[in-house]
Amino acid sequence: MAVISLSGASQSVNGIQSSYMAQVQRRRLYGGLTLLIFIVLMVSGFNIADNRNAGGFWDGLHQIGDYPADVLSEAWEKRADLPGLIAKYFPALIETINIAAVSTLIGAIGGLFLSLLGTRGLAKWPRLIPLFRRISDVMRAVPEIVIALVLIFVLGGGPVPAMIAISIHTAGALGKMFSEVAENADAKPVEGLASTGATWSQRMLLGVFPQIAPNYVSYTLLRFEINIRASAILGFVGAGGIGYELRNAMGWGQGRFDDAAAIFLLLFGTIVFFDQLSSRYRNRLTDGQSH
Amino acid sequence: MTTVDLNATKLDAEKLFHRKRMIGFGIPAAIFLYLAYIFFAFDLPGQAQRADVVNAVTLASDTWSHKVHVTRDNVSGEISFSIEGERKGRYPEGQRPDWVSGDEVLTIDLGGDHLVRYLSDNRTEIELPGFPLIEVQAEGRSVTTNLPEDLPDWISSSERRVSITTPEGRITMTGARTEVFNYFPGWELFWFTLDSPYYGQGIGTILFGDQLDPNRSNIAGASSDWWNNAMWRHKDVAWAIGETILMAFLGTMGAAILALPLAFLAAKRFSPIMLLRAATRRVFDFVRGVDALIWTVVLARAFGPGPLTGALAILLTDTGTFGKIFSEALENVDQKQIEGVSSTGAKPLQRYRFGVIPQVVPVLLAQILYFLESNTRSATIIGAITGGGIGLMLTQAIQTQKDWEEVAYYIILIIVMVMSMDWFSGWLRGKLIGRKD
Repeated sequence: MAVISLSGASQSVNGIQSSYMAQVQRRRLYGGLTLLIFIVLMVSGFNIADNRNAGGFWDGLHQIGDYPADVLSEAWEKRADLPGLIAKYFPALIETINIAAVSTLIGAIGGLFLSLLGTRGLAKWPRLIPLFRRISDVMRAVPEIVIALVLIFVLGGGPVPAMIAISIHTAGALGKMFSEVAENADAKPVEGLASTGATWSQRMLLGVFPQIAPNYVSYTLLRFEINIRASAILGFVGAGGIGYELRNAMGWGQGRFDDAAAIFLLLFGTIVFFDQLSSRYRNRLTDGQSH
Repeated sequence: MTTVDLNATKLDAEKLFHRKRMIGFGIPAAIFLYLAYIFFAFDLPGQAQRADVVNAVTLASDTWSHKVHVTRDNVSGEISFSIEGERKGRYPEGQRPDWVSGDEVLTIDLGGDHLVRYLSDNRTEIELPGFPLIEVQAEGRSVTTNLPEDLPDWISSSERRVSITTPEGRITMTGARTEVFNYFPGWELFWFTLDSPYYGQGIGTILFGDQLDPNRSNIAGASSDWWNNAMWRHKDVAWAIGETILMAFLGTMGAAILALPLAFLAAKRFSPIMLLRAATRRVFDFVRGVDALIWTVVLARAFGPGPLTGALAILLTDTGTFGKIFSEALENVDQKQIEGVSSTGAKPLQRYRFGVIPQVVPVLLAQILYFLESNTRSATIIGAITGGGIGLMLTQAIQTQKDWEEVAYYIILIIVMVMSMDWFSGWLRGKLIGRKD
């Protein structure tokens, strides 16, 4: 009796072991296959991209330092002019930062409404929740450059098309992030306010907003950082600011390298500065929350 | 005793209220002041003058309609019919739209009793309801008309050029040529160009009807004619979208592959040498701070315009971002798992493989997939600068300021592309690391 049960146990252990080994092998096979597919995709993708590029990767690789070297050497020769050039392009930089700041502000306000109207339990019109969610999905999906280029055609060049384009994208992107926060907000203050006869906007302002404000501010700061980069890029396609100056300085042909160097320096400094600033405040905001 | 305490508390509370009130009014006031400053700094009052209403109207009407040109060359007397006035959209010899009739005298019926007649000797007659018959004669480089001095604002007339805009269509006449534009809704030639035998055939006829082209089966012929459509360039558009996604894919994955080993160097737990750690972090900060725009500009000088340049620009910027995120994830790994693995006698490499990697992979994958989606959008933008992918096609279509229906088509495609990448990365994340909720 005891012998039988023992052999039965050893058999089942053997069975478990062999099935475990089979499982491990299958997993390894799948893992290997996935890796193989990934490598094939990367290599063939690289080859396609290389073929469709004007210059080849291996030819260009040793030239990669040429342009920065030219820019740096010319900037170094004319280093006495550099402070003057930085002062010259500073207003353009301010415009770029202003575009980013205004569109972050407008986008955050838009995103706030989109998120409140698209969150279950908070929405003013619960039936329209899917509609507001789709709206924020579409707004998020449109790259800024699409709206900016169309608006430049209608409104003419300048900061306004870029401002509108970035605002729309920001509202969509923040709308999604905000609504994830708003979903986790405690419903009790809202119910308490509702019992006193508060209107929807009072419930949102007094019941929900204080709960979610730290996260909102933190996401908005992160977005501001992203929007500075976006606003510089949009300038490059004609929407004013430092990007526009950069394109003029580059001129694709024989550019003015000392100007380009000053603009590179300004842009780099600004991005790093706001990066550090926002990450410091974001840390403080999220730390304050955990206490 | 109690009164004193209460007074102090009351004072504190009043101070708090005061401060809160200041903040409550101060923040909206600051925002308002800033917006007021922007209102003047961006010259919004002047914006109204800079805005081009004509452009806006063209844009709004052209996105959903197309026009057919009937052109008479006043030198050779040749008359041609073409969609959007493009050579690729020209009607084949001997064919013409059915609203044009007559041989010696060509009558163009714009609809709503608006008639234009091309007569011999470069004369043109225009019949509009509620307006006397307009006669125009083109001679050499000038045009003479019977138009009175006092003209409504939809007619503009000079010695060189007469232009009439009606709700049914537009007529322009110069010495060299006479042109009529007739507007129709829809994206004409989206499926087949006029030289294709499948033009104007319904889907039922193509799928189940008689063979239209003796040399090819219907389905093969129709798909090849659609794919090679010269007006809408479906093949080029598909390639461009492929290029954009390729840029995003190569950039994101390449950055992840580069950033992972570097992140180990930057994480305190795995890299004991302080100098090396600090140096790696500064490298991350530098490539991230330089930003994709400057990288694109610099790389385009070395590699020329194209998708590879865009992919490399994304790769460099994201190596910095990934490096930062990955090294933070590595610093937060749980020591217990590593200890458990090392208690079995695992070597350092095995400790990393079985103790660290399983902990960080979900975080890493989630970030990579999120960036894949967001980089599809960046690749569209970078493509417009460096010259590759759908971004380039969009900028070109907008810069020619002519084919707004193509612009609308590209915009729809871009939105669909980004949304499907969003869906795809969410789906893959769900498959690989499980849903969040």
